[in-house]
Amino acid sequence: MRLQYPPNVRIIEVPCTGKVDVMHLLMAFEYGADGVIVVGCLEGDCHYSAGNLYAKKRVNRVKEILDKVGVGGERLAMYNLSSGMGGRFAEIVREITEKIMELGPSPIRVATGKATGPIAEVTT
Amino acid sequence: MIKAVPKPLEEILDQVKDFTKVLIAGCDGCVTVCEAGGLKEVKVLASALRLYFTQAGKQAQIDETSLTRQCEKEYLAQLSDKMDIYDAVVSLACGCGVQYMAEMYNNKIIYPGVDTCFLGVNEERGLYVERCQACGRCILAETGGICPIARCSKRMLNGPCGGSDKGKCEINKDIPCGWELIYERLKTLGQLDRFEKPVDPKDWSTSRDGGPRTIVREDLRI
Amino acid sequence: MSVTTPSKLQKMIDSGNFAVTSEVGPPRSADGAVIEHKGKLIKDYVDAINVTDNQTSVCRVCSLACCIRLKLMGLEACLQMVTRDRNRIALQSDILGAASFGINNILCLTGDHQHFGDHAKCANVFDLDSVQLIQTVKMMRDEGKLLGGHEFAVRPQMYIGAAANPFAGPNVAMRVSRLAKKVAAGVQFIQTQCIYNMDTFKEFMKLMVDRGLHEKVAILAGITPLRNVGMAKYMQKRVPGIDVPDDIVRRIGGVPKEKQAEEGLTLAVEQIQELKEVEGVRGFHIMAIEWEEKVGEIVERGGLYPRPQLA
Repeated sequence: MRLQYPPNVRIIEVPCTGKVDVMHLLMAFEYGADGVIVVGCLEGDCHYSAGNLYAKKRVNRVKEILDKVGVGGERLAMYNLSSGMGGRFAEIVREITEKIMELGPSPIRVATGKATGPIAEVTT
Repeated sequence: MIKAVPKPLEEILDQVKDFTKVLIAGCDGCVTVCEAGGLKEVKVLASALRLYFTQAGKQAQIDETSLTRQCEKEYLAQLSDKMDIYDAVVSLACGCGVQYMAEMYNNKIIYPGVDTCFLGVNEERGLYVERCQACGRCILAETGGICPIARCSKRMLNGPCGGSDKGKCEINKDIPCGWELIYERLKTLGQLDRFEKPVDPKDWSTSRDGGPRTIVREDLRI
Repeated sequence: MSVTTPSKLQKMIDSGNFAVTSEVGPPRSADGAVIEHKGKLIKDYVDAINVTDNQTSVCRVCSLACCIRLKLMGLEACLQMVTRDRNRIALQSDILGAASFGINNILCLTGDHQHFGDHAKCANVFDLDSVQLIQTVKMMRDEGKLLGGHEFAVRPQMYIGAAANPFAGPNVAMRVSRLAKKVAAGVQFIQTQCIYNMDTFKEFMKLMVDRGLHEKVAILAGITPLRNVGMAKYMQKRVPGIDVPDDIVRRIGGVPKEKQAEEGLTLAVEQIQELKEVEGVRGFHIMAIEWEEKVGEIVERGGLYPRPQLA
């Protein structure tokens, strides 16, 4: 489809978003990610029945933690897409990158002096 | 098993914010089962604390460990050679573990990282319900295997009260009336005669008061 | 059928006349005049006046002080006592205190959970429950003994009552069994939950009569007049253990607002008339919640006035 999306995004593939753990998300921020999105299958379409629903709950829990520790829950989001929605995926990545750009570098990178340009991480 | 819930993160942050070396110590016993205090929760809390200190521009060392049980000295002793370096410990054990840690490491500040709640069962993952209040004198043989002390809101020994409605407790329609359950079970067991026999006032001396309750088993002591 | 005490209420019940009791709720302040006023309003229409014990777990003047006040006015008081707030030491102490002033009626209750009241964060006690309180009063009266074993000479002469709720369904037979347990513990009279569902109440009484329990305990049927349709709906939806059938709500709601109170009183009078015919009913307990001034009218229209004067 030759869809374009920003190059500062790193994609980490997992078999199912049900595999994404609270710790994976927290570690991404500890390592300096400016933003993370978790992209799962459409709700009701999980091959493992509820993996994306578990992921949603974990994402919400981590958002809460990020708010409380001063990193900001708005740097983490979850989306549900089907494999046929490549166009929408590219659009979301563009949108989220813009949003993270507006938010600026993560307070973690600012504090550790590693802030150069934004890094966004995508888990699919 | 003992059931607990993680303390609110902000409460823990407020307690440790002025320290630079903090140990998060989990317990692999009961609190691991209800996902409040095992190694997993230790890692999550430690990560959250690291994020907090880092964004605040503060250097802090947050270490992680989990002990087999915090209610036994042998396991707590495993921390003895490294305890000196920490300013404080957040213990993710039940109240027993936190206290035993504090007792063993007398000069160390020990914070509880969970709220210890009750003795209960896992009805489902994430749904834990009380079953026993450890009154020290079990009456389950008389009550069809259902404890009125734990399951009746008024811990009545001669229930149900007049407030139960359609089999539910007066304080919350989601709580089954413990005595309705007892009645139905006694009926199933053919023991309804027990229901009509008044139960005398309970000897509460084995329960909750009189300082820490102690069990001495001479047959087990070395 | 049971131990005779100096209670005037017991005398009335034992005489075979329908007994009438009512209740007054103490104020949420130190104003003693409230109880005096309420007592005067109803005294000529009832055989005994219950004083509620921090009802719905809302802190008020204590039942004991109010009972003493009524007693000093020359009225027959019934001490309501819940086990929620006091342990067995305090309960027995208050029973002795009440008896020392010549109070001869007690209603033994477990009490509403504190969750409903104005101190929801308090610790409850529930050292005893209502059945055990009945046992305790009986032991103090008949054996001159405290639960701790201490024996004493001057015994509290208490006519022992309790509550029953036939409507805390779904199982009416279980409610009869529960009452049988209170009978086994030594209860002498019962004041029931307010009755709106006649069918359920009659089913309950039939089971009582079938087992002969109505001969062992005097049942006083609970009557609470509805002031308006709002109250009927509130009782139907919000008050645990009260069963207000839809046709009652429709009846009260079916008349203009200014006539609903009158309709409620008429309904209460009709209920009394109907209940007089139910085997085992020995009297009425009229709970006119903050509407004490209407007790007299209900008693008169219910054909229960004047109260018989017994020697």
